[in-house]
Amino acid sequence: MANISSLNAPVTGLDAVSDRIADQVATGPRGRKPKRVMSARNIMLYGTLAVAALYYLLPLYVMVVTSLKGMPEVRMGNIFSPPMEITFEPWVKAWAQACTGLNCDGLSRGFWNSVRILIPSVVVSIAVASVSGYALANWRFKGSELFFSILIIGAFIPYQVMIYPVVIALRELGVYGTLTGLVIVHTIFGMPILTLLFRNYFTSLPVELFKAARIDGAGFWQIYFRIMLPMALPIFVVAMILQVTGIWNDFLFGVVFTRPDTYPMTVQLNNIVNSVQGVKEYNVNMAATLLTGAIPLVVYFISGRLFVRGIAAGAVKG
Amino acid sequence: MPVAAVAFEEDFLMTGHAPAKRPNQLFRNLNSKIASIPMILVAVGIFLGGSLWTVVYSFTNSKLLPRATFVGFDQYERLWASSRWIISIQNLAIYGILSLIFSLVIGFVLAALMDQKIRFENTFRTIFLYPFALSFIVTGLVWQWILNPEFGVQGIVRSLGWTSFQFDPLYDASIVIYGILIAGLWQGTGLVMCLMLAGLRGIDEDIWKAARVDGIPMWKTYIFIVIPMMRPVFITTLVIIASGIVKVYDLVVAQTSGGPGNASEVPAKYVYDYMFQAQNLGQGFAASTMMLLTVAIIVIPWAYLEFGGKKRG
Repeated sequence: MANISSLNAPVTGLDAVSDRIADQVATGPRGRKPKRVMSARNIMLYGTLAVAALYYLLPLYVMVVTSLKGMPEVRMGNIFSPPMEITFEPWVKAWAQACTGLNCDGLSRGFWNSVRILIPSVVVSIAVASVSGYALANWRFKGSELFFSILIIGAFIPYQVMIYPVVIALRELGVYGTLTGLVIVHTIFGMPILTLLFRNYFTSLPVELFKAARIDGAGFWQIYFRIMLPMALPIFVVAMILQVTGIWNDFLFGVVFTRPDTYPMTVQLNNIVNSVQGVKEYNVNMAATLLTGAIPLVVYFISGRLFVRGIAAGAVKG
Repeated sequence: MPVAAVAFEEDFLMTGHAPAKRPNQLFRNLNSKIASIPMILVAVGIFLGGSLWTVVYSFTNSKLLPRATFVGFDQYERLWASSRWIISIQNLAIYGILSLIFSLVIGFVLAALMDQKIRFENTFRTIFLYPFALSFIVTGLVWQWILNPEFGVQGIVRSLGWTSFQFDPLYDASIVIYGILIAGLWQGTGLVMCLMLAGLRGIDEDIWKAARVDGIPMWKTYIFIVIPMMRPVFITTLVIIASGIVKVYDLVVAQTSGGPGNASEVPAKYVYDYMFQAQNLGQGFAASTMMLLTVAIIVIPWAYLEFGGKKRG
């Protein structure tokens, strides 16, 4: 938890203090032309940052620009030049007409498949993980920490190692290749990080709350639904951000656990762009790529700091 | 020590029973145990059991379906004799080492720059981190387009007059892995930057004051004081990047599909192809066991360092 809060909290507090120190040191006894020194340093600083920012922004720019050009203009060369004539035709084509194999109904099918996968997976995985985290934080039993340790170590095991046993298990249950099966898979593999997130959050809440509820006679589920759940809303949002982007971006599970007509968007996108037959339509490909990246990007730009908090919590402690 | 008393009281409050009675161990905290069943099933059944199952079956000659006919190390001999596997391992090594070095260096430098009380910090962070929200498929496809020899970077430099300029990593078997590395770094360094920034913010401001008073130049403070202090952050980041590298799969599938030829194959793709396409499960299991071993070599020393003394017993 310390890592998460340190990412956000001290920024403002320390700023004031260190500014004062910086002032004292800079304008102290040898304060000759402090302003010029500062600005030379600033040019370096902001220059480097700007160049780096350019590198990170470039692909996004190229995607947007290419997707707005017509094919003749794309063939003329420069991928960086802005479009001379803006056309939205590639977008329409990517959404409604692009072909994968024999199906030519575009990326829209993959989009709706992804939505159908996303909603139950997010809900179920968060529900299961939050209860587990709550049990681990407040209702420890013999061995609970051991199971949790196995879970966390499991997060490092490559999926390829466990994927075939999961295929067998789902086949035995009769849900291999169905939506239910994929929801189970996302719940399983989302569990380590989400459980960790919830466990750490519930542990950080004051124990007195829990104790008071116990004395008032509340049980396991009552405390969960009436005390913990309402208090944990921020962490639920963080978990949702984590899961929405993670599940939307998933490729491996989509390929392994679904059939071609229920492929999620990422798989369909890859099939559209990397299909060998036909003329390559780069503008349509880029429009399709942008469409697939749109959901996580929107989530990212809206959530801002919460996204950072989510990945930091997941990554640093994971 | 009062710790024992506190533990006792906590135990009492948490379970509602005085520890003296404890009627039946199994039914204590029953609701919690029931609620933890999914977690226990996943931890023991899938993570532990599934991994063991794969390891055990890597010693069989399973083809289309898993069969328990044990053949010793046959699959491993075949694996290490396969040129495709050797290429996969080499690629993973090159990609892994360079990706570790570059993402740590770039991530740390960006974080250090961001830590200079700059303006627009949020804007810069948003820009550096947004690729991390995108999938590897999207990343791979964008960079496939940017590195396209006809229209991409190479084409543009050539059209500027340098006609002999040669930079087409995706079609040149000897450098294709660097093309993937560029895309991988673009996607992942933002995360490293964020972790490093969190680490830098955790450094006590007094350290900086002291270094300043002693007249130590800033870069020296970073190298000799701050970085050693951030060792835990570095190690954790290293483990996170490394275990991500071993899993790298979608990026290669999207960017090159393992090509040209099989020059950009990686172990994770080898596993997938043998398990689900070549229907040679035994090979897939053997290859995935090797992946497991790689991760174990990375994670176990770390887990031992991190938790060894304190928690696990």
